[in-house]
Amino acid sequence: MMGQSGDTAVAVPSEGWNYSPAPERTRPEIDSEYGLFIGGEFQAPQSDRTFNTINPATGQRLSRISEASEEDVDAAMAAARVAGPKWARMKGRERGKYLFRLARRVQECARELAVLETMDGGKPIKESRDVDLPLVAQHFFYHAGWADKLQWAFGGRDVKPRGVCGQIIPWNFPLLMAAWKLAPALACGNTVVLKPAETTSLTALHLAKLMQEIDLPPGVVNIVTGAGDTGRMVASHPAVKKVAFTGSTEVGRRIMEELAPREVPLTLELGGKSANIVFADAAIEQAIEGVVSGIWFNQGHVCCAGSRLLVEESILEPFVAALRDRMAQLRVGDPLDKNTDIGAINSSEQLDRIRALVTAGQEEGAILHDVQSTPLPEQGFWFPPCFFTGVQPAHVVAREEIFGPVLAVMSFRTPEEAIRRANTTPYGLAAGIWTDKGSKIFEIASRMDAGVVWCNTYNQFDAASPFGGVKESGFGREGGLQGLRAYVR
Amino acid sequence: MGGDRHPVDAVMLARRAASFTRRSIKSDSKQSGLRLAISMLDLTTLEGADSPELVRALCQRAIHPCPVSLDMPVPPVAAVCVYPKLVPVVRESLLGTGVLTASVATSFPSGQSPLDARLAETEAAIAAGADEIDMVISRGAFLSGRFDEVAAEVRAVQDICGQTHLKVILETGELATPDNIRRCADLVIEAASRERDLADGALFVKTSTGKISPAATMPSVLLLLEAVRDHFRGTGVRVGVKPAGGIRKSKAALHMLVMVRETLGQDWLTPKLFRIGASSLLDDLVRQLLWTSRGHYAAMHDVAVT
Repeated sequence: MMGQSGDTAVAVPSEGWNYSPAPERTRPEIDSEYGLFIGGEFQAPQSDRTFNTINPATGQRLSRISEASEEDVDAAMAAARVAGPKWARMKGRERGKYLFRLARRVQECARELAVLETMDGGKPIKESRDVDLPLVAQHFFYHAGWADKLQWAFGGRDVKPRGVCGQIIPWNFPLLMAAWKLAPALACGNTVVLKPAETTSLTALHLAKLMQEIDLPPGVVNIVTGAGDTGRMVASHPAVKKVAFTGSTEVGRRIMEELAPREVPLTLELGGKSANIVFADAAIEQAIEGVVSGIWFNQGHVCCAGSRLLVEESILEPFVAALRDRMAQLRVGDPLDKNTDIGAINSSEQLDRIRALVTAGQEEGAILHDVQSTPLPEQGFWFPPCFFTGVQPAHVVAREEIFGPVLAVMSFRTPEEAIRRANTTPYGLAAGIWTDKGSKIFEIASRMDAGVVWCNTYNQFDAASPFGGVKESGFGREGGLQGLRAYVR
Repeated sequence: MGGDRHPVDAVMLARRAASFTRRSIKSDSKQSGLRLAISMLDLTTLEGADSPELVRALCQRAIHPCPVSLDMPVPPVAAVCVYPKLVPVVRESLLGTGVLTASVATSFPSGQSPLDARLAETEAAIAAGADEIDMVISRGAFLSGRFDEVAAEVRAVQDICGQTHLKVILETGELATPDNIRRCADLVIEAASRERDLADGALFVKTSTGKISPAATMPSVLLLLEAVRDHFRGTGVRVGVKPAGGIRKSKAALHMLVMVRETLGQDWLTPKLFRIGASSLLDDLVRQLLWTSRGHYAAMHDVAVT
């Protein structure tokens, strides 16, 4: 019986069958320095100030990015204002053509853009390749289709664009957030001044190059790079007729204060502390996958991350054991390796924040579970996937958005308790419900204070499906018919 | 039938199963993965036209899967699987090679015969020298809810098998839903281990006969792996898994290995606990191995000499 294969040849090395490195070898061309994209051209900043953008997986500099000053933002706004009337007058089907062309160009360059996204932001290539880029293209395609159908979108009303839109986007899905913001604005005939996050400007700037290639009229999209100050200049500029912001609740609040005296419509997509609720009658194996995707997708740098897990008490113990086993299968490391599940933390500031919150969680008495066996790379910013048990709802790890691969596990006994616990948060972006019982899904979903409720799944996105929050997670929707509303008057 | 019910959500199951196919298996891991897959093969022929001569040729391939010698030797396959009538031929051809003789039994592939006849067939296959028995369950009994009947037939065949290893074919394509597949796997494992001390690898759950489509799809195999893993968590006993049917390309075999590794762990990456039932897969595995050493694909007549 024994030795059926062992006598003549050994099939597997003694240490077991392991995956060899599978690095993505495509390398996009990265310029040594990037100007600001104003009026269809890349321009040096009038401030003459630049800052480094680094690869968070190695700490090495990738390029230098321009810091836009007040004069630069003025110039971008002026370019957007000048381009506005013609772009707005253009027939919808003509505007649609530009968006279709851009979508196709994105698809053609998908590999390079995915690698660039991974190098600049630290997310695994598997995700930028299979999630980010396909969704980017889909958003442009989807909104291209709306461009000549707007009169049907709004019940026969002849809608008009708002004018110059100031859009500020975060670093967790850099190119995807650019697409979420740009596509509906352009489809509706607005012009845009976009401000990418300072740690992840590269893909937006490369998108600008694609806009040049497809001959998008100059000034329709302008990209000003820089940090928070630049963002504030964009949001508060007198020329903007609409502001859209995705980022932290703290900054969102400041923008709202700034705009309070003015009649500028605002949409905010802010933080979250979303609950994933697992009932004992759920398909447990699939619920585990949902929890994994909920918190460990994109290193937990996801505003709708399912960062609070509520498990029915009767299955808490086996569920946590199974989650632990599953977590041990996650491969942390080089984001450019095709088999990497969890990449680098986006910046040293974010890493510090995650560490501080995790330390606070331990000091408050929650139990940290962390099974990362392989050593983390020495260079760059890394944090292993982990979760806390023994968490009280009052603990900082149960209340504050960590924006990292850190999950807080709690339990409940009755559906009422689950609903109460899930809703006891200032945020209201998303929720997940896991049960095999249809009636329970409808009952619980209707009582979630959240903009998005996923049932027996998590982190599903589609250009046709509106996304956004309630309470301190913001207001307004992006995607779908609902997402167009913010860009017309 | 006892134990907890394990409801399955088909959508997320499919998503998880697909995630294993996104793993990139290259260079060394591909080389060793291909060898591992060969060593796990149950090289199978189950045709009405099977002749002793064809089966003898198949056995030669089982012992020496690669016609040319490579720097790193290629292991023999795990077993050759045939109908009971051809067991003596296989037995004789494989004598002393370490490659096992496997026989289907119990009115393969449909199982639509009286239990007595199915047991008698099993007895005959073992008497003829089979090391392993691949039985089919009565899908009709399972689908009509007569779970005890399925459990009883598994135990009856097991009694006849004694030390002979038993693989139980669920025919997942006929069970149709993920819930059924998972429930059936739990049922078989529970029946076979009730009041018995199962040795590691003495029992296998197997997806399909290869006569029904769909056969060994990634989601259906994942369901079996999860049932086996949950049984191990509860009892410490290692049940084997055998996908069979429709696995024709190396890539599909490597995806299976990835799924085993990430669901059950390295312990299961051995022919004692994981088998792949296939007939044409070996050709592609060998061609891929030759490609990695030669840099070009071998012609079919270079690898397949049956």
